[in-house]
Amino acid sequence: MAKEFPVIGTKENPIAPRLRMVEVRKSFGATHALRNVSFEVAPAEVHALIGENGAGKSTLMKILSGAYVPDGGRIELDGQPFVPKDPLHARRSGIAMIYQELSLAPHLSVEENILLGEEPHHFGWLNRSRRRALAREALAELRQENIPLDAPVIRLSIAEQQVVEIARALIGSPKVLIMDEPTSSLTQADTENLFAAIDRLRRRGVSIVYISHFLEECQRIANRYAVLRDGESVGAGDMAAARLNDIIRLMVGREIKDIYPRTPRSPGKPVLEIRDLHGMAKPVSTYLTLRAGEILGIAGLVGAGRTETLRVCFGLDRIKSGRVLVYSRESTRSSPARRLAEGIGLTSENRKEEGLLLNRTLADNLLITRYGRVSKLGLVSSRRQRQCARDWMERLDVRAQSPNQAVSELSGGNQQKVALGRLLHHDARIFLLDEPTRGIDVGSKVQIYKLLDELAAQGKAIIFVSSYLPELLGVCDTIGVMCRGVLSAVRPTAEWNEHTLMAAAIGQSDIGAG
Amino acid sequence: MGDLSRLNRRNAGRLLNAVGPVFGLALVILLFSLSPAVRAHFFTGINCKIILLQTVIVAIGALGMTLIIISGGIDLSVGSVVALASVVGATSLVNGYSPAMAIALTIMVGVIIGLINGMIIASFRMMPFIVTLGMMGVARGTAKWLAGNQTVNAPKSSINNLMDMLDPLHFFPLPLGVWMTIALAVIMAVVVQQTIFGRYLFAIGSNEATARLCGIRVGPMKVAIYALAGLFFGLSGLMQMSRLAVGDPTVAIGLELDIIAAVVIGGASLNGGTGSISGSIIGALIMAVLRSGSSQMNWPNFVQEIIIGIVIILAVGLDKFRQRKAAF
Repeated sequence: MAKEFPVIGTKENPIAPRLRMVEVRKSFGATHALRNVSFEVAPAEVHALIGENGAGKSTLMKILSGAYVPDGGRIELDGQPFVPKDPLHARRSGIAMIYQELSLAPHLSVEENILLGEEPHHFGWLNRSRRRALAREALAELRQENIPLDAPVIRLSIAEQQVVEIARALIGSPKVLIMDEPTSSLTQADTENLFAAIDRLRRRGVSIVYISHFLEECQRIANRYAVLRDGESVGAGDMAAARLNDIIRLMVGREIKDIYPRTPRSPGKPVLEIRDLHGMAKPVSTYLTLRAGEILGIAGLVGAGRTETLRVCFGLDRIKSGRVLVYSRESTRSSPARRLAEGIGLTSENRKEEGLLLNRTLADNLLITRYGRVSKLGLVSSRRQRQCARDWMERLDVRAQSPNQAVSELSGGNQQKVALGRLLHHDARIFLLDEPTRGIDVGSKVQIYKLLDELAAQGKAIIFVSSYLPELLGVCDTIGVMCRGVLSAVRPTAEWNEHTLMAAAIGQSDIGAG
Repeated sequence: MGDLSRLNRRNAGRLLNAVGPVFGLALVILLFSLSPAVRAHFFTGINCKIILLQTVIVAIGALGMTLIIISGGIDLSVGSVVALASVVGATSLVNGYSPAMAIALTIMVGVIIGLINGMIIASFRMMPFIVTLGMMGVARGTAKWLAGNQTVNAPKSSINNLMDMLDPLHFFPLPLGVWMTIALAVIMAVVVQQTIFGRYLFAIGSNEATARLCGIRVGPMKVAIYALAGLFFGLSGLMQMSRLAVGDPTVAIGLELDIIAAVVIGGASLNGGTGSISGSIIGALIMAVLRSGSSQMNWPNFVQEIIIGIVIILAVGLDKFRQRKAAF
């Protein structure tokens, strides 16, 4: 494994790195979060930082932002030793961060958010016209002038909120911009816009550290990459010369074959039929038929109405008109309790806000919809509950210390397995999965794909909503595309490719059909 | 290695959570026993008996309040409900109803008001704080109206036995009300810790959206929670009437705050999702011991108030500190 750094610039005339970390170490108690991390970023470069969840990326970020003090090693900014004291100091020194979870104040306006904490003022008096000019300038830099400056952030789409977050990072002209999974909640079109913005920043001389699970993305926009595994730098190189498989092998420490396993399936009878379904806002006139043993993918942009379709089906949101048939029986008016009784389960795209009871135990989260199996006359047996939870943890390879651990302490991948495990324990036969692989590590993703394949082979029916086109194409039997609240005709996966899916998602299906 | 030490720390945290309130109670008792004058009297059976008797009303209320606070709610109408219940109980005795009927009516008052609170909170998705703040005024006003703005002197009846000292010289036999409180606390501890209802309670308090997603009927659950809690508040009212032998529409003003304080000292969070019956009962005991100790030290009333205020802030502050330790 090539551990030495590839030379930036030419061999004879190397460019001094903008940011350099040398053998940085950090442990918490006996846990080594970072063992030995070295990497460097040149000016005007996009540097991809790649690694599974738990590899140490977020610890590294926290060290750079001054939240943690490293135990050893050194950091240099423009050749000078740099010891970040706190986030404000880091930012004033030219290091800006964009976190995976948006950190905007939802009720404040776009303008107020962009300048939050950096408001221009005369002796404490806010200078509103200057603030407006600065906010407008930051959005113009990103070519997103159409975002209204006075709108409260809560009214914007997630993609627009992301833009506001980036605009905020641009205030004060950062030297290094660190982005943690910036596209995890963006659709392809918004991702393109983001990439264009990143490219403009790079040309202006900003160094960008780009953290992402989406290797294809890293390959597209990054100049170089560094791979972390178990808190160690395990490889680095020029992106152009790298092969995806090599990078994946570095990340997981082994070769992953068959990312998308597929046992032969034969879809059977319709289990869920939706006829001309209208929600209060979305979906609009949506039809679909889900069969036993089928994985049906729904592609589309964020905000197209995919989540709403699942929620309306599951009885979480109100139906305006249309019909839902479960096992060929009329079942339009419903509630989550009734849907669960019918054997339908849903996992939310929003694990933390909706999907899980974060401060409750793993066992409670797994069993909550069906305590019946471990209780008698309403009395829950703690022992049987623990045993039952332990069985599921083993079966799903959930890495945790005990069934009594709070779910908030698990990594994203393990949390998602718990959310799916809840449906398995419930013995659901119809799965409505909203972005089940968002923000989780490659290893967990592969395990989830395998699980879905097994479920379909057992005759379970799955609706799989995703913004990540390769996984839809890899996992699903049939795919429909949602655009502005309407679901296109659902067609066999073989008739789609990434290009046609994207074209349909942005409402240009006539080009894509061929 | 790393896993092991983290595990131990977590277990230590959990242990602290469980024994924290007990430790607090022991500390309070220890501090009072430092004074020789107080010590002589403090540990006598009769003093302990008085403290237990004085805990009954707050403790029974805390049983109901714990349910509500775990589910992420709050009830500010308790003091008024206790007053209204005591007035209704006394009035029905005056009007010649049997003690059994008077007891039923007293408890019913709590249940009905709980039902109304719960139904408004659930069906209009309103803030429990606001709804029960309103109900605080409505119930207090109704009590004054029913009682004609004066205390209702109830004839002597078997209800007064509930809070009777019985043998005023020895610890045993304990008053009936104390035994009832102990029995109810045990039952509710099992309900909260070991039943499906209890799990749903924590689920709703932990994350209502998730609870809904998991098929829990959040609305009906809330109505049930407030009604069940109301049953305990009605029972508190009964104990109140038993102790004073009158229905007093101006009694128990601010009682809800004592009850909330007991629950919070016992380790519950007003954010919902945490809390325990045992903690709340010990919280109620801590407050009663503080009161008793302060009066035996001959401290004036205002000193008691200041001390109890400080204890509430300390207890919750320590709890935060403890959680941060446990989280690592």
